[in-house]
Amino acid sequence: MRFTRNSRILSVAAVAVFALSACGGGGGSTDEAATDGNTDAVIVVDGSEPQNPLIPTSTNEVGGGAVLDLIFAGLVSYDADGKVQNEVAESIETEDAQNYTITLKEGMTFTNGDPVTASSFVDACNYGAAAKNAQLSSYFFESIEGYAEASAEGSTVTEMSGLKVVDDKTFTVALSQPESDWPQRLGYSAFYPLPADALKDPKAFGENPVGNGPYKFAAVGAWKHNEQIELVPNEEYEGPQDPKNGGITFKIYQNDTTAYQDLISDNLDVLKTIPTSDIKNFKNDLGERSIESPYAGNQTIAVPYYLKNWDGEAGKLRRQALSMAINRDEITEVIFNGGREPAKEFTAPVLPGFKEDLPGSENLEYNPEKAKELWAEAEKLEPYDASEALTIGYNADKGDHKTWVEALVNSVKNTLGIEITGKPYATFKEARTEATEQTLTGAIRSGWQADYPSLYNFLGPIYATGAGSNDSVYTNEEFDNALKEGLAAESVEEGNKAMNEAQETLLEDLPAIPLWYQVAQGGWSNNVDNVEFGWNGVPLYHAITGK
Amino acid sequence: MTWYVSRRFLQLIPVFLGATLLVYFLVFSLPGDATAAICGERGCTPAVVTALREQYNLDEPFWIQYLLYLKGVLTFDLGTNFSGRPIAVIIAEVFPTTAKLAVMALIFEAIFGIVFGLIAGLRKGKLFDSTVLVLSLVVIAVPIFVLGFLMQFLIGVKLGWTNPTVSGDATVSELILPAVVLGLVSFAYVLRLTRTSILENVKADYVRTATAKGLSRKRVVVVHILRNSMIPVVTFLGADLGTLMGGAIVTEGIFNVNGVGLTLYRAVLNGDGPTVVSIVTFLILIFCLANLLVDLLYAWLDPRIRYA
Repeated sequence: MRFTRNSRILSVAAVAVFALSACGGGGGSTDEAATDGNTDAVIVVDGSEPQNPLIPTSTNEVGGGAVLDLIFAGLVSYDADGKVQNEVAESIETEDAQNYTITLKEGMTFTNGDPVTASSFVDACNYGAAAKNAQLSSYFFESIEGYAEASAEGSTVTEMSGLKVVDDKTFTVALSQPESDWPQRLGYSAFYPLPADALKDPKAFGENPVGNGPYKFAAVGAWKHNEQIELVPNEEYEGPQDPKNGGITFKIYQNDTTAYQDLISDNLDVLKTIPTSDIKNFKNDLGERSIESPYAGNQTIAVPYYLKNWDGEAGKLRRQALSMAINRDEITEVIFNGGREPAKEFTAPVLPGFKEDLPGSENLEYNPEKAKELWAEAEKLEPYDASEALTIGYNADKGDHKTWVEALVNSVKNTLGIEITGKPYATFKEARTEATEQTLTGAIRSGWQADYPSLYNFLGPIYATGAGSNDSVYTNEEFDNALKEGLAAESVEEGNKAMNEAQETLLEDLPAIPLWYQVAQGGWSNNVDNVEFGWNGVPLYHAITGK
Repeated sequence: MTWYVSRRFLQLIPVFLGATLLVYFLVFSLPGDATAAICGERGCTPAVVTALREQYNLDEPFWIQYLLYLKGVLTFDLGTNFSGRPIAVIIAEVFPTTAKLAVMALIFEAIFGIVFGLIAGLRKGKLFDSTVLVLSLVVIAVPIFVLGFLMQFLIGVKLGWTNPTVSGDATVSELILPAVVLGLVSFAYVLRLTRTSILENVKADYVRTATAKGLSRKRVVVVHILRNSMIPVVTFLGADLGTLMGGAIVTEGIFNVNGVGLTLYRAVLNGDGPTVVSIVTFLILIFCLANLLVDLLYAWLDPRIRYA
């Protein structure tokens, strides 16, 4: 928990900054007096090329996501700690966690002058869910009543029956089952509103998006593909993410190593990921200009149940043995220089409701003796078929996974004395194809980064029966029921209790082996101040000031 | 001569067909489903996957996909990449930058390679010759990314003479450092080729004759020795232009140049067939044209070579 404490202090400071600027109220000049530093400076930050047109529902990767989060404001937003706050929504009310009435604030506009109305949200959701629009994030609307009809293959239904506009500022949402954490999801980009023009020509809109967020495109064509995206503050914006600088320019890099050279020569202001090759020396290079801040992401290895050796009672014992044979402390220390935190459960420490001492978490601790015992026990039930020895699959094209996979393999080999190897896939898509088609021949690494700050986001989409990212093809009624109970709980706190009960089942079964939590390692140049990373590992761009 | 050139141009047609077919087949055979790259870690719903496959003709058999692509090319429509951007626009964006980079690298390696090679050849065994030989050996032996990162760190970061990376405008002054890195290995080869070639020709009969006739040393060196030594060098430079255009992936990555190499690399990773084929075909055509130019230069360098 080394880094967590640090980040708490920082976030308190950030909240204080927010509070101060909010107290300033009225004139803009008092606002500026409350923060030190130059609030006119244009901040150059590292980015990656958005893979799709900048339409909220068709963006499913970080490059486009970072831009969208600045130019759009959703019903709610998340503060540095991942706490949910109302943004465009005046109120989100429900009595049964299934039927919601959402009221919008008065006077909100898009940067083209259009008012933000109830239909801006409803139409955007319907567009995102309808099968004929083939939006990559369509599954985000799955809880809404009528999603199944709209999203079915070949469906011509373009509206979900659960969404109803009451008046300009009010709409109601009916879900197909009670879900108490549903309002928490509304800050994710898929739920952003769209101006009426956007849906007439989505492709053109995606090149020059018009939003309602703290920033806007500097000009038509501000997105120079594979080069940069230039954003300037949106003067009309009022809300918790008020820009403290004169604009954000995303400079698009093809690799982190190059970006790092620009950072240490002050040509780049903020770098959110230090390249693996510089992890050992970035704190020396940057001194106080470096940061390590845990965020809502983790790394696991999914072990599919359709593999021989890994199903049934013997399989369960083997999974526990495998987990206990991994020396997480040593790997995070030696390979990542402390830049990861050993996992204690299946979610991430920055999330509300996180508990590190759940019953069963001892299964994630390095315990060579117990591991050997469990393995021997499994052998008695059913001898290990060495002809199908375990492999740990990883994609070799993005991210540096080889080093830690090799370290993990050695840790297991030395403890259990079994045959186990790393298996590189040339490309990400090759690995994903096998996972989706359930033709994997071994375990596969799997990273999860939160879309919205909620325990459910780390459990439901991955381990629920039939879920989209259930690579292990895990199914357990007890777990599914606990999840359902958590969703139907009256409050998020109650819900989290049930989620953690569901986790106890996971810790026993281990459909995937949690490895560690992600920690953002970043840095900034001599030209900027007030750099802080949020709950999702992304810098709080609006709070950065020049010197 | 005109007949020769037009025949060479006609030969480009089968080259184009063969190259596109082969490259398309190679990309088609890459393992993995291209929609998996589009959908990312989270995956898409089956309905979205079906729609994507339809949109990019991914559910058609190989021959149909290829013919649809050819049909597009012949009607001047290269189609769109997996991000929905027209491939023609992408090519228009990245080719000028890479062409600038490649030509600058070519000029650098040609001028310095030939001049150094000439001096070394004329002063065989002297200090300059030995120094240049050792240095060029080092350049050839050290991998390009080591040289690239080293020069970026020294000149860009430590000395601060230039930015460590190239901006979107890719001005000539920004491209000098990447061009030098890109041309460095070929520079070493040009130097060594020139030197060897000069050494052979210095002892040739016509050189002795020219000197005996009383021609000035300068004229003997430039017109008689150098010109006759250029044939292998020009062959190498011509072929190198193609390599520099498509093979700058490493250099472009180090200096963040938005060029052909990186675009191609990304497209291969995503299994983006139409983009890969379009760019590779473009490169092949450039390669063929550069070779044609080399063949024509032969005739100018050595009048004994005639094209009918």
